Amino acid sequence: MAWIVKYLWLIPALPILAAGLSALAPQRSRKFAASLAIGSMIGAFLLSLCAFAHAVNHGGHDGAKEVFNFAWLQFAAGNAGILKLGWVLDPLTAVMLVMVTFVGTLIFIYSVGYMAHDENFTRFFTFLSLFAGAMLGVVIANSLLLLFISWELVGLTSYLLIGFWYHKPSAAAAAKKAFITTRVGDVFFFLGMMWLYHETGTLLFYTNDPIHPGCLEGASLAAMVAKTTSLGMAVSTGIGLLIFAGAVGKSGQVPLHVWLPDAMEGPTPVSALIHAATMVAAGVFLVARVYPLVELGGWVNKAGEVIAFTSTTQQVVTWIGAITAVFAASIAVAQNDIKRILAYSTVSQLGYMMMGLGTGGVAVGMFHLITHAFFKALLFMGAGSVIHGCHDEQDIRNMGGIKKYMPVTFATYAVGMLALSGFPLVFSGFWSKDAILHSAHGWSVSHIPFYLGVAGAFLTAFYMTRQVALVFFGSRRTGFQPDSNSKEPAQAAHGEVRQAGSPSYEPHESPLVMTAPLMILAACAIGLSVIGTPAWPWFQSFLGQHHGEGGFTSEVISLMVTSSLIVFAGIGVGWWLYGRKPIQKADEPDVLGKLPLGMHTWFAKKYGVDELYELTVIRFNAWSAKACAFLDQWLWGGVVTLVSYFTLACSWFSRAFDEFVINLGFDQSCDGVSRGGNLLSRLQDGRVQIYLRILGLGLVALVLFLIWGGTK
Amino acid sequence: MTPLAGYLILSAMLFCIGLAGALTRRNAIIVLIGIELMLNAANLNFIAFWRFSEHPEALTGIMFVIFSIGVAAAEAAVGLALIIAIYRHYKTANVDEVNSLKG
Repeated sequence: MAWIVKYLWLIPALPILAAGLSALAPQRSRKFAASLAIGSMIGAFLLSLCAFAHAVNHGGHDGAKEVFNFAWLQFAAGNAGILKLGWVLDPLTAVMLVMVTFVGTLIFIYSVGYMAHDENFTRFFTFLSLFAGAMLGVVIANSLLLLFISWELVGLTSYLLIGFWYHKPSAAAAAKKAFITTRVGDVFFFLGMMWLYHETGTLLFYTNDPIHPGCLEGASLAAMVAKTTSLGMAVSTGIGLLIFAGAVGKSGQVPLHVWLPDAMEGPTPVSALIHAATMVAAGVFLVARVYPLVELGGWVNKAGEVIAFTSTTQQVVTWIGAITAVFAASIAVAQNDIKRILAYSTVSQLGYMMMGLGTGGVAVGMFHLITHAFFKALLFMGAGSVIHGCHDEQDIRNMGGIKKYMPVTFATYAVGMLALSGFPLVFSGFWSKDAILHSAHGWSVSHIPFYLGVAGAFLTAFYMTRQVALVFFGSRRTGFQPDSNSKEPAQAAHGEVRQAGSPSYEPHESPLVMTAPLMILAACAIGLSVIGTPAWPWFQSFLGQHHGEGGFTSEVISLMVTSSLIVFAGIGVGWWLYGRKPIQKADEPDVLGKLPLGMHTWFAKKYGVDELYELTVIRFNAWSAKACAFLDQWLWGGVVTLVSYFTLACSWFSRAFDEFVINLGFDQSCDGVSRGGNLLSRLQDGRVQIYLRILGLGLVALVLFLIWGGTK
Repeated sequence: MTPLAGYLILSAMLFCIGLAGALTRRNAIIVLIGIELMLNAANLNFIAFWRFSEHPEALTGIMFVIFSIGVAAAEAAVGLALIIAIYRHYKTANVDEVNSLKG
């Protein structure tokens, strides 16, 4: 076994160690915490490169898995009672490792500039390092249990970082919302895990051992697909759907997407790292990891032959993904907060990834995950740079014309925007999105996801153009104050007292420590396109999922042209509406307000999903909490009070018995003894003549006794 | 009335006089004298019973009385020594005032 496989655990261990050390460091040791965190990430990045090189050289192109498993816990006698954990090095792990550590390192560096004025700088880097370690743990895990542990750690750090400015009520509420919403998915994930263990007796993914196969290897899969539940569904489908529910929660898919836009209350580097590039992609990664299970159970005819290679789980994944993609993109059209637009865009892109996984397999979804991680991190960090430069202004109606103040940020942001929109040929987003659309087009079950994807692509290009036009072009607008609680606190992020709309605060370019990561990511957003084009589909074949053909067939080219036209249309409409005649005042109504049926209002209100949950789930929850409180107060409280009264009565009785029976009796017998002593002591009065007198009386009595009675 | 009875009556009177003296007087020396009288009454009894017994040739009565007188002498010496010690300590010979042994 190669050393890198054996020591793969070092990759997550380094950031976790850094987190532990900086957690112990005093608050003022800012340099120590930052350099430790960045150093550990660079170390992890170098190790990841080694792992990547190993996977490229030794893994071949057949998707071989190298695993290292160890017994973690023995809970029952025998071989079956050993719970094993382990890690796996395969192409999927390798690309994720490199992406997470690389993007993570850049965001860590960027955070040094962004958080420079925050007094809790050390705590920030502690959480960030812990997050990176947990995320890398998710990536290398070869056991669903280890993955779940890391997954929950990731959720915890997400909670801590969203609520990093916990003194803001909105941030605290957002953190809670994120934690609880993802918990809904995690319950299903946990159930799926239990079921999987019940069926296969192991949680290891791969063992490379035919006698004790892992749960994603031949014999286990065959056993699961052969068994059906009472609902007439294969066991593998049930487990796959439950695990996918976990991914829905983490990756913000409909209907559990509500937490992700609120998570933008956290510091912007957190939004970039956790809620755009890595953590939210963990759900996609999870589906990719258990893909052998997901694709299991194609439709089988009566003779037992597989007639369609699309399992129920794949269909569910595809539909959820496609709906999410369009749903979130349409909401993004009507948002005004620069980060919220990007957040809904993230939700939408995660929907694309799910759709890619469902229709095209691991490689298609993962390719978009990787490219998206780069350009979305770039966009978020660019947005952070804008926010930083505009003195904590987040409302795009209050920006405008920033191009001339922040040229570097503008250039890099434009690259990110074009990549996200899928601008043809040179941007990586084009190729990865095209791969998804291509596989959706070829999907045998239905064409609707393809059309939803196309609509989403149009909307993506449109809202990104709107955002860039409003932020960077036109003239500078200030003074509009829609609501103040959506902004990051001025002193926390910046150390300056914010004076809204004061013209003396001109936007300024961010320092090099923030712009350098932007430039590197911008280069990657372009450069990454070379690894996955149809001309040289290295990425797809590396992940071992490429099915033949390749190259620019006529179908591929026609699709490329179509999607390019859609992107051009989106950008064109966006520019025509927002860039041609830039709005002059911040409080002008949005031009989309003229859409029929009040659609714009629906978009702006996010289709009222939050309100729906408020009316149903949350109200039910509050009602049941009240019922529980009532039960507690009156039923259980009454029982407890009764018991306490009973105890009190017992103690009163016991005390009375003590006082009036035991104590009184004892006291009285003592009194008797002492009184008797007093009485007898009076005989002993020390006067000899009295003694003599008594002696004489005794003598007389003796004589009388002898005279009258003693002689008998 | 036999001669013995006369002796016995005499000795009884002597004893009563001694006892009365020992019980009533407060001076320790008088008390001691009373005790000596009582002792001598007992000695008189011994002699009387011996003289009028069936075997007066055996000198048992005389022996008892001689011992008793010896013991009485020793007792008187010890008693007087005690009285002197008490007198020195309490500056009194009144037995009522010497009651520090009371309970």
